[in-house]
Amino acid sequence: MTPLASYLLVAALVFAIGLAGALVRRNAILVLIGIELMLNAANLNFIAFWRYGPHPEALTGMMFAIFSIAVAAAEAAVGLGLVIAIYRHAQTTDLDKMNRMKG
Amino acid sequence: MIDKMDQIFVLLQHWLVAFLPLSLQPVASVLLAVVAIVCVFPALFALTTVFERKGLARIQNRIGPNRVGPFGIMQPIADGIKSLTKEDIVPSIANAPVHFLAPVVLVVAVFMGFAVLPMGRNMVLVDMDAGLLFYFAMGASTEVSVFMAGWSSRNKYSLLGAMRAVAQMISYEVVLLLSSVSVVMIAGSLSLTKIVAAQSGYTGIFPHWYIFTPWGLVGFIMYAIAATAETNRSPFDLPEGESELVAGYHTEYSGFKFALFFLGEYLAMFSISGLGTTLFLGGWSAPFSFLTFIPSWIWFFSKLMMSIFVFIWMRGTLPRLRQDQLMNFAWKFVLPLTLLNLMVTALWRFMGEGWARWGVCSAILIAAYILMGRVGMYKEHFGPRRYRYAE
Amino acid sequence: MSPVFYLVSAMTVAGALAAVLLKPLVHCALAVTVAFAGLAFLFLSLDAQFAGFAQILVYIGAVAILIVFAILLTKGSELPRDGVFSRSWLAGVVISAAVFAALGWAILRSAWTLPHEAAVPAVTVHDIGVALVDRYVLPLEIVALLLTAATIGAVIVAMHEKEGAK
Repeated sequence: MTPLASYLLVAALVFAIGLAGALVRRNAILVLIGIELMLNAANLNFIAFWRYGPHPEALTGMMFAIFSIAVAAAEAAVGLGLVIAIYRHAQTTDLDKMNRMKG
Repeated sequence: MIDKMDQIFVLLQHWLVAFLPLSLQPVASVLLAVVAIVCVFPALFALTTVFERKGLARIQNRIGPNRVGPFGIMQPIADGIKSLTKEDIVPSIANAPVHFLAPVVLVVAVFMGFAVLPMGRNMVLVDMDAGLLFYFAMGASTEVSVFMAGWSSRNKYSLLGAMRAVAQMISYEVVLLLSSVSVVMIAGSLSLTKIVAAQSGYTGIFPHWYIFTPWGLVGFIMYAIAATAETNRSPFDLPEGESELVAGYHTEYSGFKFALFFLGEYLAMFSISGLGTTLFLGGWSAPFSFLTFIPSWIWFFSKLMMSIFVFIWMRGTLPRLRQDQLMNFAWKFVLPLTLLNLMVTALWRFMGEGWARWGVCSAILIAAYILMGRVGMYKEHFGPRRYRYAE
Repeated sequence: MSPVFYLVSAMTVAGALAAVLLKPLVHCALAVTVAFAGLAFLFLSLDAQFAGFAQILVYIGAVAILIVFAILLTKGSELPRDGVFSRSWLAGVVISAAVFAALGWAILRSAWTLPHEAAVPAVTVHDIGVALVDRYVLPLEIVALLLTAATIGAVIVAMHEKEGAK
């Protein structure tokens, strides 16, 4: 198996684990952890294709990954702020209990 | 002869490595350099502990340790033996693996930072293209270890100390990074060897160090403040102040693990001072052009020890800042001034050589300091003390 | 593939698995930190030094700390009474297994067309800097705007509301 294929498989595995985490767990923070894992796996994909792809000097994959890291950090900050705000309102972070639109 | 003394460690390394077969030579040379770093800096740490205790003592009008050896020089040996033979107590409800790993992670992350510091001409362990970024990445990893230590002890005081320490470290990390970015802007590279090379010229007898420029002086002061806060030193040592929080996040550590935390803190101090000398004080270059005969590594280590001396001096002189004062200071004063410094650095770069840029940049920075520092404080009335009680 | 790659991938996957399976939340946060570190090593093994160090600096130094703060501020250190897995956990596992199967099939099917060796790209930080202000200046400015908006938004969302106001 080519090196690129092994990196892509690892990325797919981490993505699937992150997806499972986001879908299976009750706590809102763990959903965010799952989302971060998915973003990281996608970054790994970009970097692997940049490295083994046709034009690495064009830096497209690397740039995408760097911007993705920045955006993921911002999204984690906003997401965790939202979780804190929801906790302050509903006294729980359990997603199964937040199944009504009524505040 | 002069450059033999200057390059003596490099020549020693080459001579020792030449005994091995060619295939093993790169690994062996790196290993030798790593062993040298791992031996030199903890030895310096031992020297600094006695230096600090005597220095603090003299500032506080007492003598300090003077029993073990002449002038207490052998005190670190006594301390080392004590910490190695003390019983290692782990609380029963503590989270044992995390409790064990926290000092390990701290020491590993701090030692990694030494890999990119240029300690002399041709004396850097790894000359990385993104050396400065690597250093800050390792510094960021120490925050995780502080949290691990505080949380795993299952102790309210430890957790509180750890949270305060982490909040302080992340606030001042931004300041540290921004003040380094102005240096990177002028030097044009993230590689620490290139930054030192950019500062190694002389006009007449005066060096081109960045601290001797307006933006460099302000940047250095901001960097020094941030470095003191990052390593949890006085006056920013609330997370580990003995009178406040027992010992903060290392309350529940005893014996060798406490010694590891202590080692980690002092090594972080060394490495951040080393980075400060590399960025602002010209690294291993001599202060005057007629002093270049003194070897480069002597200059680096003397600048490092001078910074340590200033750290000790600050610890003995300044009172401790409260947590909210510390955070206010970071976000409302230091960070805006650092951002302004970044813009002034850009102005400096694009104004071209000459006297005009000195005047303009100094005027902007002095005006900003007076406005933010003095005028912005007019509403802090230093009148009679007001008491607030907990409701 | 070198043993280092297998070791680091095993560390990453183990960290990710621990992050979604462990019950105490702080252990999950520490496990995901290990996964981030493993991914940073994978970036470094792909000769993407800037991305690897940026990953350590941003993810381990900031995002992991954020997650830990959020866990502690929402009292996540106590174990929940109703269990940690949602009622519909089986659907989640089936969906992610299906996603992994699809991705894995696509990778393995096209594995023979992928390049085997590629020269190490001679990319310096200088090139990245030049690219950021030359070709990618628009994304740079947009990300700056996004980060400003996110910072202000996060502060406003998580701020304590003043008692009796608004």
